[in-house]
Amino acid sequence: MRDRRPSDERAASLSRREFLKISGLSLSLPVVTDFRVMRVAGAEVKIFGPGKVPVTLNINGKAYTAHLEPRVTLLEALREEFHLTGAKRVCDRGTCGACTVLMDGKPVYSCSVLAIDAQGRSITTVEGLMKDGRLHPIQQAFIDNDAQQCGFCTPGFVVACKAFLDKNPHPTPEDVRKGLGGNFCRCGTYMGIRAAVLQAAHMQKGGASHD
Amino acid sequence: MRPIEYASPRTKEQAVRLLASTWGETAVLAGGTDLLSLLKDDVIAPRRLVNIKEIEELRGIAFDPRKGLRLGALVTIEELLDDPRVRQHYSALAEAAEGIRSPQIRNMGTVGGDLCQRPRCWYFRAGFGLLARDAQGRSLVLHGDNRYHAILGNEGPAYFVSPSSLAPPLIAYEARLRLFGPGGTREMPVQAFFRIPQSEEEREHDLRPNEIVTEILIPPPRGEASATYEVRQREALDWPLATASVALQMDGDRVTAARIVMGHVAPIPWLSPEAAQTLVNKTITEDVAQAAGEAAVRRARSLGRNGYKIQLARVAVKRAILRAVQGGAR
Repeated sequence: MRDRRPSDERAASLSRREFLKISGLSLSLPVVTDFRVMRVAGAEVKIFGPGKVPVTLNINGKAYTAHLEPRVTLLEALREEFHLTGAKRVCDRGTCGACTVLMDGKPVYSCSVLAIDAQGRSITTVEGLMKDGRLHPIQQAFIDNDAQQCGFCTPGFVVACKAFLDKNPHPTPEDVRKGLGGNFCRCGTYMGIRAAVLQAAHMQKGGASHD
Repeated sequence: MRPIEYASPRTKEQAVRLLASTWGETAVLAGGTDLLSLLKDDVIAPRRLVNIKEIEELRGIAFDPRKGLRLGALVTIEELLDDPRVRQHYSALAEAAEGIRSPQIRNMGTVGGDLCQRPRCWYFRAGFGLLARDAQGRSLVLHGDNRYHAILGNEGPAYFVSPSSLAPPLIAYEARLRLFGPGGTREMPVQAFFRIPQSEEEREHDLRPNEIVTEILIPPPRGEASATYEVRQREALDWPLATASVALQMDGDRVTAARIVMGHVAPIPWLSPEAAQTLVNKTITEDVAQAAGEAAVRRARSLGRNGYKIQLARVAVKRAILRAVQGGAR
């Protein structure tokens, strides 16, 4: 028989009254409430929040679960709950692109998606672009073309560039200029970024395969 | 952002029952590109979000040469742009969608949301209300920085500009809008959806708090020459300074009827029958297009710092007309 630890001791000696007191207290705190059901238009609809609810996200092929309030954005969940800090918080208003991630393969601003709303979607962050310890060709092309200065916009740009090339595998320089309109670089490294995209496109054309 | 409830109904009937009958209590979440910013900036503080993205019937693009184009409210800007039928038959609409320069916004933002997004007026976004008045009731716009405000329909009390990219071409094509609420379906011309609020209780849309936009219906193509032209400050993601969408019915080289709609110049998308009238029975030349541009801004007036927009609107109309007859020349 194993030794009883002090915590077990205490649990065993809890009176019924004390137990009810503790559980009553925990109910009054803003803890996980899951959902409540409302009957509307002949059907039952789940209402989540405003307290924390379990949220499961599929990020870079892995399932992540956390208890989050419905108001939490995908960006906040990535950075603060799952410690995937590649996506950056800059404007937080869907205008700069530093928080860009892929949702079902398409680029979106993670600051403008609620985490609860991203459930069931396949999310790829910049952390998910490396394969087997090798940089994605677009990442390598950023290095080769010196496509960053302070680097804060870079992860968002890299993800946006990947999405752009997935959709436009043979872009002209004009396509590149137009196609990256959702990301800003305040250092002004656009020349390097555009060169990097064209290089990555060229490499992919040459048969270097990488998802 | 304040704590908020979230529900994902499966049908439009459920959705409208989850919405409150007064503004401010609940909000509709579709693409979220505008809504989340409004929530973060505390411009609105509803207690519940009703996510409508699970409602299947709000999706999809359907085209029939005899019936026209049907856009579900949840069609994204990117889906619209990628549809070859839209580009072929409704080029002014495709060109306006192209003007939404961020792929990220195009992937999330919906056509219904483009129509329902709130004005970008910086006084509104800073919490001073749609009419942007100080405690004494004076207009902050008239006494403040109005460089991006209205040059038409600006007799007051509203001075913001309609932010919609798609409304001008939709109105040029005489599109109709369907709304759904507890009382059932309402249908109206897209143009009638927009209104200039006269008090802080009114909105810039004829949408009730518990209604949702369900679909947009565009009449069948009639071989019109159409185009959108935008004047903008930045190439990348930003709202244009002035835009014009035109749809010209042609008999050979001669215009038989025209619709000219300007965007970002007035609190509503601005239909200009005056400009359209100058084109009837004419063959489009640079001078004819120029005259239409002049007519389009004849009643425009500067608020102090936005006089430059009158010239931009004049040029947008002229170039949209020329682009329409030149078959989508860039």
